Amino acid sequence: MSIDMGAVRQLFFEESIENLDVMESGLLDLEIGTIDSELINKIFRSAHSIKGAAGIFKFEQVVAFSHVIETLLDEIRNDEHVLSQDLIDLLLHSGDMLRNMLTALQQDETCDIQQVIDCQLALQKAINSPVEYAPLNEIPVEATGSSTFPAELSEPSHEISSLVDEEENNEIKEIPQDDIYSIENIAAEDKTPVLKTKKYTWHIHFKPYENLLKTGNDPINLFNELRRLGNLSVRVNVEKLPVFDELLPHNCYLSWELELISSCSEIMITDIFDWVESECDLSLTKVQAEAPIDISSNTESLDINKENKALEPDADDNKLAENINIECSDTAVASSKTADNIPSDSSLPTEDKKEEVAPKTTESKPPALSPPIKHKNKVGTSHSANESSSIRVNIDKIDALINIVGELVITQSMLEQLSKSIENEHIVLLQDGLAQLERHTRELQESVMQVRMLPISYSFNRFPRLVHDLSTQLGKKVELKLSGEHTELDKIVLEKMSDPLVHLVRNALDHGIELPEVRRAAGKNEIGVLHLHAYHQGGNIIIQITDDGAGFELEKIRQRAVARHLIGTDDTLTEEQLYDFIFQAGFSTAVEVSDISGRGVGMDVVRRNIRELGGTIDVRSQQGKGSTFSIRLPLTLAILDGQLVRVGDNIYILSLLSIVESLRVKSDAISSITGKAEVYRLRHEYIPVLRLYQLFNVQPSTTELDEGLLVIVEGDGRKIGLFVDELLSQQQIVIKSLQTNYKQVEGISGATILGDGSVALILDIVGLIDLFQQQHTLPNALNVGVDNAE
Amino acid sequence: MQSDTNNKTTNKYLTFVLATEEYAVDILRVQEIKGWTKVTQIPNTPDYICGVVNLRGTIVPIIDLRLRFNLSRMEYGTTTVIVVVKVLSGHKERVMGIVVDAVSDVYDVEEEAIKPAPEFGSVISTEFIRGLITVDEKMVIVLDIDGLLNSAELAIVDRLVE
Repeated sequence: MSIDMGAVRQLFFEESIENLDVMESGLLDLEIGTIDSELINKIFRSAHSIKGAAGIFKFEQVVAFSHVIETLLDEIRNDEHVLSQDLIDLLLHSGDMLRNMLTALQQDETCDIQQVIDCQLALQKAINSPVEYAPLNEIPVEATGSSTFPAELSEPSHEISSLVDEEENNEIKEIPQDDIYSIENIAAEDKTPVLKTKKYTWHIHFKPYENLLKTGNDPINLFNELRRLGNLSVRVNVEKLPVFDELLPHNCYLSWELELISSCSEIMITDIFDWVESECDLSLTKVQAEAPIDISSNTESLDINKENKALEPDADDNKLAENINIECSDTAVASSKTADNIPSDSSLPTEDKKEEVAPKTTESKPPALSPPIKHKNKVGTSHSANESSSIRVNIDKIDALINIVGELVITQSMLEQLSKSIENEHIVLLQDGLAQLERHTRELQESVMQVRMLPISYSFNRFPRLVHDLSTQLGKKVELKLSGEHTELDKIVLEKMSDPLVHLVRNALDHGIELPEVRRAAGKNEIGVLHLHAYHQGGNIIIQITDDGAGFELEKIRQRAVARHLIGTDDTLTEEQLYDFIFQAGFSTAVEVSDISGRGVGMDVVRRNIRELGGTIDVRSQQGKGSTFSIRLPLTLAILDGQLVRVGDNIYILSLLSIVESLRVKSDAISSITGKAEVYRLRHEYIPVLRLYQLFNVQPSTTELDEGLLVIVEGDGRKIGLFVDELLSQQQIVIKSLQTNYKQVEGISGATILGDGSVALILDIVGLIDLFQQQHTLPNALNVGVDNAE
Repeated sequence: MQSDTNNKTTNKYLTFVLATEEYAVDILRVQEIKGWTKVTQIPNTPDYICGVVNLRGTIVPIIDLRLRFNLSRMEYGTTTVIVVVKVLSGHKERVMGIVVDAVSDVYDVEEEAIKPAPEFGSVISTEFIRGLITVDEKMVIVLDIDGLLNSAELAIVDRLVE
């Protein structure tokens, strides 16, 4: 039992951290001044899940703490607070506290309880407690006061259920009589900007379909919700009511004309009808301003009102559009995942596609026409998105699977080779069967590899918070745009890319985007835009980090390079060459060193990390307009498109991506330098020739250059011609590590297993070139070495 | 040799033959014994590292113990066997194969019966020898497999931490 509990506990921590992430991203999406109840609900649900789960494990402090957060969120949801930046920051901070507590608990450490208590007190303070909230507040106070929170297992769950009851009660019974008063009242007390409100009259025509009641919806609840938004008058239309004999009590024959006088936005009303949208005809019309509250006494407020009026509908529309996009893509990902997981079932993907498209089209239609599918999707995304779209699997298990599948591929190719040497009349059948086996193993391999793939949003998701914190710290205004978050890449690549990405984002914020004053002076929008974009191209994933900031000053880079004696004063360099200096260690053009960046360390590390993953990074910039960093990475580190080459009895593998071209040597194009190094003239370039047999000290079939082949390869921007005996087949290979049981070998990046079960080494081009150059700086030592060995 | 008293720890040792000498390793460290298979050479390594083989999907380095101990090279044949052993390198367990002439026997050995090897000065390195035992009037050399396959000379240790 106790062992099981350990695993369950682990699951709890993982889930809670996930919930915290959801909370955080939700908080960052909140906009000051407007209350997006859907978003708040999402945050609330996350906090609630943490509380509930923590209760099961008797983490009383976590329960108490998240309870206070919940209470505050609940009040925000009920319009009792004006959402100010301070409030969001406070909630973000408490999210951090919760995270600290959970991490401490997970690692059995003690966390700074004082900080937690301080934060909890701050939360308590923020909770403006109207009379009816008093009983709710008592619980956390009690919990912080004494560390002996009721310890029985039943206690927290009981509390949760009672809380749910209370929530429901709040929603249904508690309808504030004068909302406007309370909003202004609270706002004044919180010292947050007072939200001046203007009341509109909304005409709502609500005609449910007959089956509305069967779906468990009761119009009275909707009306109660509406009443909380403002002054509501309801007129019922009984025209459709049949004679009593024909009346079916399960059907809804009524329709309503509602008139709501409220300061709320359209989205707040449509939100209420969210659940019944597909089961009714709903039309919403806004009648222009009905006597603003203080039109005669305060002209200033009127101006603000106008602004509000002008901005509000747009903002809301955008948000609506955003929400829809997010939902659609979520389903798309979920469905594509299922499709990937079951590749053999060919009918599935097409079905999924239909579903994927369906929400998009229906969303754009008027709600009345929406088919029920949309309703279903909504429920899915809001409640069970997490449960249905992913499972948690230990990475070791997946690696084991990948290993087995790799073996299967090898066995298959072994059998195929064997089949070619057997001669009898069944050979055709055997070959057919093997072809089929090959197809299946490849498919299986691909789908297993797919399991390792994660959407890049895992990495992108941390940036809203980072940008939020950094821009506040730097006094800059930055809007972060993310796109292509669902682009998938290997988990390992993803993990190793996280730090470089953070670094690039920090740089863009610190050096790229200017202070608001500077931007204004330059005629740019005060708010800088930082755009993270990911997409697939060929077998690679491209990540772009674009800012519309100051860009790089080429002249400054040049001066700096000259100052560091990297180039001469008169050297002419291309833009690319100049940008290349950015990636050198100790090279920073930042005038001031801040604690965020500017020390000149970093960009070289960024490039090194990316290179280790077999990727490249380049930068494009326009002074005054901004800069773009593009990172190109392989999708996975486990598979490689390889070219098999033979040197004597040995087979080596070259990455296809590194091969520029292969050619038969024309002996007149070979020249030698000081009698030692050979170069090959290829069009306008002189390419050094590396005799692989010499470097590796093996017996080749031929030492004559014109009898073998020259493979021109490129690594790290350098080209070299590898002299090999012949080219063999090209095939996808599964990369195996030499380091697992041995060590890293210079010039070798790994190994793989060929169809006959033997091991072939994968050549590391950059390492080879380095090795080659080392030997040529010591030509004597090389010769001696070779002679001795032979 | 075999003791029936309970308070003495007895371990099983696998012995193998190299030239005329008999060596023993702790049998718990032996993963499997396999016949000779084609080995892929690794360039620029000492000659006693034969290369690597595929052992059910993992790449395993093969070390020729004869060459490691500077004994004369013997052509690999049908009786040549590879003893696949588990080696502790720091906290990591690695799998390696050692080429021996033939596998000999399995003995129960009391830990106390293992006598320290005498010093030979610098002529013979005894650092990989845990001790000597006598079995049936024969001397058997007990190898310190971790020390042997992690030694700097074998050049396996360096960059291992990476």
